[in-house]
Amino acid sequence: MAELTPLLRTEHLTMRFGGVVANDDINFTLQEMELRCLIGPNGAGKSTFFKSLTGQQTPTSGTIAFRGLPITGRLPHEIARMGIGIKTQVPNVFNGLTVRENIWLSARRKTTSQSLSAAVRGVLDLIRLTPQADRTVATLSHGQRQWVEIGMVLAAEPHLILLDEPAAGMTDEETLLTADIIRDINLSRAIVVVEHDMAFIRLIAKTVTVFHQGRVLIEDTVDKVLADQRVRDVYLGKKVAA
Amino acid sequence: MTQRLALFTQALAVVVAAVAIAIAPGMIEIFTLMQITLFASMAVLSLSLAFIWGFGGILSFGQTAFFGLGGYAYAVAAINFQDSTQAIMLAVIVPALFSAILGYFAFYGRISDVYLGVITLTVTLILFNVINSTSGDEYRIGEAMLGGFNGIPAVPTFNMPFDPESPLSPEQSWWATAGTLLLVYLGLRALLASPFGRVIVAVRENEVRASLLGYDPRVVKLMTFILGGAIAGLAGALYVNWGAFVGPTIFSLSLSAEIIIWITVGGLGTLLGPIIGCILIEYIVAGIGSQQTLNSNLVLGSVLVFFVLLIPKGIVPTIRDIATGLLARIGRGHGDATPATMPQTAGVK
Ligand SMILES: Nc1ncnc2c1ncn2[C@@H]1O[C@H](COP(=O)(O)OP(=O)(O)OP(=O)(O)O)[C@@H](O)[C@H]1O
Ligand SMILES: [Mg+2]
Repeated sequence: MAELTPLLRTEHLTMRFGGVVANDDINFTLQEMELRCLIGPNGAGKSTFFKSLTGQQTPTSGTIAFRGLPITGRLPHEIARMGIGIKTQVPNVFNGLTVRENIWLSARRKTTSQSLSAAVRGVLDLIRLTPQADRTVATLSHGQRQWVEIGMVLAAEPHLILLDEPAAGMTDEETLLTADIIRDINLSRAIVVVEHDMAFIRLIAKTVTVFHQGRVLIEDTVDKVLADQRVRDVYLGKKVAA
Repeated sequence: MTQRLALFTQALAVVVAAVAIAIAPGMIEIFTLMQITLFASMAVLSLSLAFIWGFGGILSFGQTAFFGLGGYAYAVAAINFQDSTQAIMLAVIVPALFSAILGYFAFYGRISDVYLGVITLTVTLILFNVINSTSGDEYRIGEAMLGGFNGIPAVPTFNMPFDPESPLSPEQSWWATAGTLLLVYLGLRALLASPFGRVIVAVRENEVRASLLGYDPRVVKLMTFILGGAIAGLAGALYVNWGAFVGPTIFSLSLSAEIIIWITVGGLGTLLGPIIGCILIEYIVAGIGSQQTLNSNLVLGSVLVFFVLLIPKGIVPTIRDIATGLLARIGRGHGDATPATMPQTAGVK
């Protein structure tokens, strides 16, 4: 049986900043339609990993392949056009534009003009910001701005969605809604989620990858990972101690 | 309701402006008409930077480089062709090509915003010095002697398109200049209302996000920069037509600084503001020039400090805020429950 080409595969991916090795020899494979959670203590290298995947930085060494095509070192807009969308850890939105304009700018790359306004309306409904559609994004709360960014990612209809701490700054209710939406979009596309909130991880996770000091510590089902002593030591232990 | 009212008011304002331009020669003296012709050509220059800085987020300290290149391209071509038609086209094409080359290295070489400012400033200085040192018979392009620091005198002024036998009268020159200003303004508004215009503003707002959505910020900025260079070049042709003369001082750094003041006073991020700021300040400077007691740089400096401290947004955005506030209050007074939303944030006045 021929092995299927994975959606995403990194081999020996390494990213150094001077003496700091933020990502160290990471071999990571994600299949089509998979939902993966990526966890690890502060500074483990999760956001750095996402930045290499989306072309925001060029890795020091190693390769990244998206559906078998090498994308290592390609520019962000080229990778975005291939179908990788990201919600960054620090919200990246168009603060001076309205919510609708934010979503529209993303949707119009994918959608023809006939269905464009319907697509924008659909996303606005999904992220529950229809009443605020004509407000400037700068006037929204932190949680709402997270939604705008998630909405922009969804509107682009990427094949792979990377979410870096999507529930940060959200209320419990909003967090539950985020989990719902993530499960919903996972019906049609692959997602990698970085989160610190363990309750949230339990809500959505099947397979979990744990990063520690730039390396993959363990990769397994959510129950096995959360029961693992090493994980408790490096991650949960630290979090309780912090 | 408010949006349709705003649109109607704006359309009305354009009609009023067009009528005012048309009837102005019959209403005012020839000296004043010449002066406002000059102001109108400067206002086109102001629009060029208002567009790339206010909407593209690109601050060029050397917009006069393109202005001067346009002026010289016009003068040299007008002398050689003895017809302003091709000369005006070249006054747009030459600076556009030059800004394309400069912009390509700046944006594709990922030069930071600060360095772009330094580079445009330096290029302006270099052009000034190069042109300044072209005295002597050996520096000629066809029939046109560049003339070094003396400049090029007796440049043929505008004629009817492809009809060199019919030079424009001062009145016709006014219509051509003010008409160009109105067309450039309307053209930029249309561009900014278009999808590409939204993308230009998006890149200004957040370059990282724009690229993560698949837009190439380098292309967008380069296009914006080239268009700004082309408009500045057109302004250069209008300016040279006004004085029938061009000299190396057209590349002056003080003029580059003045454009920034026009825009700051009128309102960055608008198109109408920089036109108003330009005409207002040029009017004040001309008034000071005709008497000897006050130094014009001192007054310019004071005006800038006054605005930065007291009206930091500039004239047009401040008036717009006040008007929006009043409208909202009137709306509430009539029991209108709809919240006062901004017509469109990326919108242009
Ligand atoms: N541009 C940079 N220059 C220098 N060091 C960097 C840079 N970006 C990240 N680092 C370092 O790389 C390491 C990994 O950082 P990263 O942001 O990827 O961690 P993270 O797992 O996302 O942490 P958090 O959970 O706090 O978001 C940290 O030690 C960080 O200081
Ligand atoms: Mg992070």
